[in-house]
Amino acid sequence: MPTNRRDFVKASAAIAAVAGARAAFGQPAPGFLPNPPSDSVVDDLALEALNAAQAAGASYADARIGRYRRQFVSTRERNVTGVNDSESYGIGVRALVKGSWGFASTSTMTKEGVGRAAQEAVRLAKAANAVQRRPVVLAPVSPVKGTWRTPIKRDPIDVPIEEKVALLLAANEAALKVGKVRFVNSGLQLLREEKTLATTDGTLVTQTYVRVGPQFSATAIGDGDFQSYNEELAPRGSGWEYIESLNMPGNAEKWATLAAEKLSAKSVEVGRYDLILDPTNLWLTIHESIGHPTELDRAMGYEANYAGTSFVAPPEKYIGKFRYGKDFMNIQGDRTQEDSLSRTMWDDEGVPADKWLIIKKGMFNDYQTTREQASWISSLTGVKKSHGCSFADSWSSVQFQRMPNVSLLPGDKDIGLDDIVAATDKGIVVKNRGSWSIDHQRFNFQFSGQVFYEVKGGKITGMLKDVAYQSRTPDFWNSMDMIGGPKSYWLGGSFGDGKGEPSQSNSVSHGCVPARFKEVNIVNTGRTA
Amino acid sequence: MRPRSLFSSTASAENLLSAEQAKALATRILGMAKADETRVVIDSGWTGNTRFAGGEITTSGESNDVSVSIVSTIGKRRASSSTNVLEDASLRRTVDLAERLAKLSPEDPEIMPELGSQSYAPVRSFIDATANLGAETRAAAAKRVIERAGETGHAAGDVFVAGYLEANAGTRALANNKGLFAYHRSTDANLSTTVRTPDGTGSGWASAGARNWSAIDPAALGARAAQKAVASRNPTAIEPGMYTVVLEPQAVADLVPILGGAFNARSADEGRSPFSKRGGGTKVGEKIADERVTIYSDPTDAELLASPFDQEGLPIQRRVWIENGVLKNLTYSRYWAQKQGAQPTGGGGGFGGGGFPGGLKMMGGTKSLDELIAGTQRGILVTHFFYIRSLDQRTVMLTGLTRDGTFLIENGKITKSLKNFRWNESPLFMLNKIEEIGKAEPTSAGQVMPAIRAKDFNFTSLSDAV
Repeated sequence: MPTNRRDFVKASAAIAAVAGARAAFGQPAPGFLPNPPSDSVVDDLALEALNAAQAAGASYADARIGRYRRQFVSTRERNVTGVNDSESYGIGVRALVKGSWGFASTSTMTKEGVGRAAQEAVRLAKAANAVQRRPVVLAPVSPVKGTWRTPIKRDPIDVPIEEKVALLLAANEAALKVGKVRFVNSGLQLLREEKTLATTDGTLVTQTYVRVGPQFSATAIGDGDFQSYNEELAPRGSGWEYIESLNMPGNAEKWATLAAEKLSAKSVEVGRYDLILDPTNLWLTIHESIGHPTELDRAMGYEANYAGTSFVAPPEKYIGKFRYGKDFMNIQGDRTQEDSLSRTMWDDEGVPADKWLIIKKGMFNDYQTTREQASWISSLTGVKKSHGCSFADSWSSVQFQRMPNVSLLPGDKDIGLDDIVAATDKGIVVKNRGSWSIDHQRFNFQFSGQVFYEVKGGKITGMLKDVAYQSRTPDFWNSMDMIGGPKSYWLGGSFGDGKGEPSQSNSVSHGCVPARFKEVNIVNTGRTA
Repeated sequence: MRPRSLFSSTASAENLLSAEQAKALATRILGMAKADETRVVIDSGWTGNTRFAGGEITTSGESNDVSVSIVSTIGKRRASSSTNVLEDASLRRTVDLAERLAKLSPEDPEIMPELGSQSYAPVRSFIDATANLGAETRAAAAKRVIERAGETGHAAGDVFVAGYLEANAGTRALANNKGLFAYHRSTDANLSTTVRTPDGTGSGWASAGARNWSAIDPAALGARAAQKAVASRNPTAIEPGMYTVVLEPQAVADLVPILGGAFNARSADEGRSPFSKRGGGTKVGEKIADERVTIYSDPTDAELLASPFDQEGLPIQRRVWIENGVLKNLTYSRYWAQKQGAQPTGGGGGFGGGGFPGGLKMMGGTKSLDELIAGTQRGILVTHFFYIRSLDQRTVMLTGLTRDGTFLIENGKITKSLKNFRWNESPLFMLNKIEEIGKAEPTSAGQVMPAIRAKDFNFTSLSDAV
C-alpha cells in the first residue's frame, strides 16, 4: 500500500498518540524480562524504525519487536537431563519499496540500532526490486491499537522448577513400575512471547502468547526387540493448569503398559481395511493433507523450492469446484479458538483474527491468506481482506503465510469412537502420531501411529504393530464415511511446524473427531532385510 | 567494555566477535559467576538470504545477533540459561538464573566436570567472500539463476523458477572457570533452485553448498535444474517394486547422515539400537555394510572444515565410523565413554547435540554419475528425496519420496521420465546392496557424498506429485 509524506506524518502521529493509551483485551501483560523495557521504550523503538524506513524511501513498513522467554526441562528415568531457560529480544523491520520487500533484524535495541535495521531493510528492498515481475499490493486493513494476552490461570514460566521436575520424575517413576519398561523420557517445553507490532498504517498492538508442550515416552525391551510408546500430549495455548490437568504421574503407568504390550502385538497383514482414526492420530493427517495444500503461497509456487507446491491449484479450477470429501465434511480455519496454539487477536500484519470455512460441505471453499495474497484470488472468492495468516517465529524472521488452526468440524450425530468400532466389520483403529510423510504436492501420504487395534465384527480383538496407512489425499477424504459428534471432539497440535526458507517454526492446533475411512491400503513397516 | 558499541552497522559480517572480544566478554561474565563451575558459550552470527519464485525475488532478509549461554554447576546439579541482551544487568541476571535453576535441580548422577584447558586443531573455515555476500550480489546471483534457467528451459515455454540463497557467517567461543577457552569461526553458503515447466508436468532441482561462495556457480545450477525440468515432463507410471537405483550424491546425502542417530553407543549398549547385539553388547567390529563403504568425520579434512570442538569444549578428532564395511566406532558422550572405558567422541553430552560431530564424508570411487548410468542395465535415477521419516528404529527403516527428476535407465541410457515414488527402505540395507560407488563430491558445507548404484531399492507406491 503506497503512502505519501502526509500519510507518513499521520501514521507517525497516530502511533505516538496511542502509545500511552491502549485498549486492553484480556489481562494487561506484565513484562517478562525481569528488568523489562517498558511499553513506551518498545513503542518508541518501533516508531523510530518506521520513521527511518519511510525516510529511506519505504512506501510501507512494519516493525515487530519480540521478547521471548523459553524454558525446557527434560528427564530420563530418575535423572534430569536438561534444564534450560532462554530469553531473546530484538526487532525485525519489513519495508516495501516500489512493490518489493526487504527485511532486516537486529538485537541492537537502541535508536541507532533499530534505525540502521530499517535502512538496511529498505536497501534490501531496493536490491530485490532489480529482480521483480509483479509489484506487491497489500489488501486493506483498518489500523488498530490494543493489547491481548493468552487467557491463563498460572503462568508456566513462573512455576518453580522443583514443581516441574517433581511432576516429570513422578511420571517416570510410575512408568518404571511396568515390567519390561526400562527407559522413560519426559519433558516440558514452555514459551512466553511478548510481541509488539507497529505499522505505517497506524497499527500498534502488543500481544502476549503462552504455550505449553509436555512430552512422555516409554521404551520396553524384549528378547532382541524393543518397542516405544509416545503418549499424545497435545501442546496448547494454555497455562500451567493444562499441564496439571493431564495428570502425568497418575496416567504414566497406563501409558507405559502400552509400550510393553506392543512387544507381543501381532504384526499386521498388509491389505485393505476400514481405517478408524482416533482424533489423537487424525489431527496430523488433517494438518498434512488439508492444512498445507490450502496455503495460497504453496498453491502459487512460492514454496516450490522447499516444502513444495499444492495439488489444490490453480485456484480458478479449485475454488468452489473441487470435491475434497462428502457433504458432511467441513474444515474450518480459525485463529480465535480457545486453548489453540495459533490463537491470536491480530496477526503479524495487524489483521484481526479470522474464522472461515476452507472446505464447506465437502467442497473446497477458500485458501489461507495474508495481505499480500488476498488480491490474488479475491475475484474468485469475493473476499477482499486477508484471512490474517501472517506470522513470524521470531523478531529475526520475516512474517509470511502460516497455517491457522485447521479443524474438522463434528458431525450431526453425537457418536464416538466406540460407536464407529461397533459399526465396523474389518478394520484397524490407529491412535497417536507415529511416522508421517507426504509428497511435495500433498497427494501421496503414509502415516503411522503409536498403537493399533484390530477390529473384527464390531469389536476390538487385539493389538497390532508395524502398521502404516498409505493413500492419496482426494481418494482418502472421499472415502470418509463416518465421523464422530461434538462429544468426541479433541484438540491436537504441533508446537513446531516447519515451512519457508530460511525455515521457520509455527505452532498450530487441529481439532477433530474420530472418523472412519473405507478400504484404505495398510502397509507393514516391520521389514527385517 | 560494552560489546554492543562494537557494532557499526546492523547487517554485515563485520559485526562478528573476534577471539579477543569474545574472551573479554567471557571473562566479564565468569567474573559474575558464583557456581562451582561455570561455562560460557558466546555465539555471534550474521545471515543474509534471498528467496525467489516465479522469476522474481519474493523476500530477502539479513539478521545479526549475539547470544550468551551460561551453564552453571553446583555440586552435581547443573542448569543453563541464555540471553541476547548483553548489558551488565542482563548478563548478571542470566548468570543468577542459571545458578538458581541449578540449585533447584536434582543431583545428576551422570554429571561430568567441566573440561580444563584443551588444544584444538586449527580449522580455517571462514571465507571473506561468503561473509561479505551482500543483498545486491545475492540479487544478481538470483537473476543469473533465473535467466539461465529461462534460456535452458525455453523449449518448454516460460519456466517457473524458484530458489533460495543463504550465506552465514558465525563465531562460537566457549570458556569456563577451569581455564578452557575455545574459539572457532566459519562461513557457509547454499544456493538451490527448482524449475517447473508451465504445463505442470516437469520439475527439476539443483543445489550447491560450500564454505566458500566463490565455489558456487549460479548459472550452472539454473541450467541443470531447467534441463531436469524439461526432461522430466510427461512422466510415465511404472509399477512400484524393487528396482536398481542410481542415487545422485544429494540423494545419498538425504539418507546416509540419518544413520547418525543410530550410532549412539549408549542406545546400542542398552539394547535399543540397530547396532545392539542380541543377548547384549554391540556390533562394533562386525561387518554391517558392503566392503567398499567407508564413512568418517574429521573437522580438519579440507573438504569438511567443521568445528574442532563440541558444546562442552571437547576436541573433535577424526573418527572412522564404518571402514571397508566394518562398524568401527560409535558416538560416546563423556559420561558413557567413562563408564564403558571408551574415548568420548564429542557432540553427545550436555544440552542437545548428537549425530556425527566433525562433518561427514563417505568415500567415493572413480566413476562419474554418467558412467554409473552407462553401466546400468535397467534402473531408476533419483535426483533427491523428500519428507523422510523413520518407520522403525530397530532397522533405521525410513519412508520418503523421490522428487524433481526421476528417470528410467535402460541399457545404460536415460529413456523416460518417471512418476515419483514413495519408498520404504533403510540406508543400512541400501549400504549392503551396493553395485557401484561413484565419485564423491561436496553436497553442502561439511558434507561429502558419492553417487551410488544399489540394487533392490524398495519403491512401494506411486505419487502424482510433480
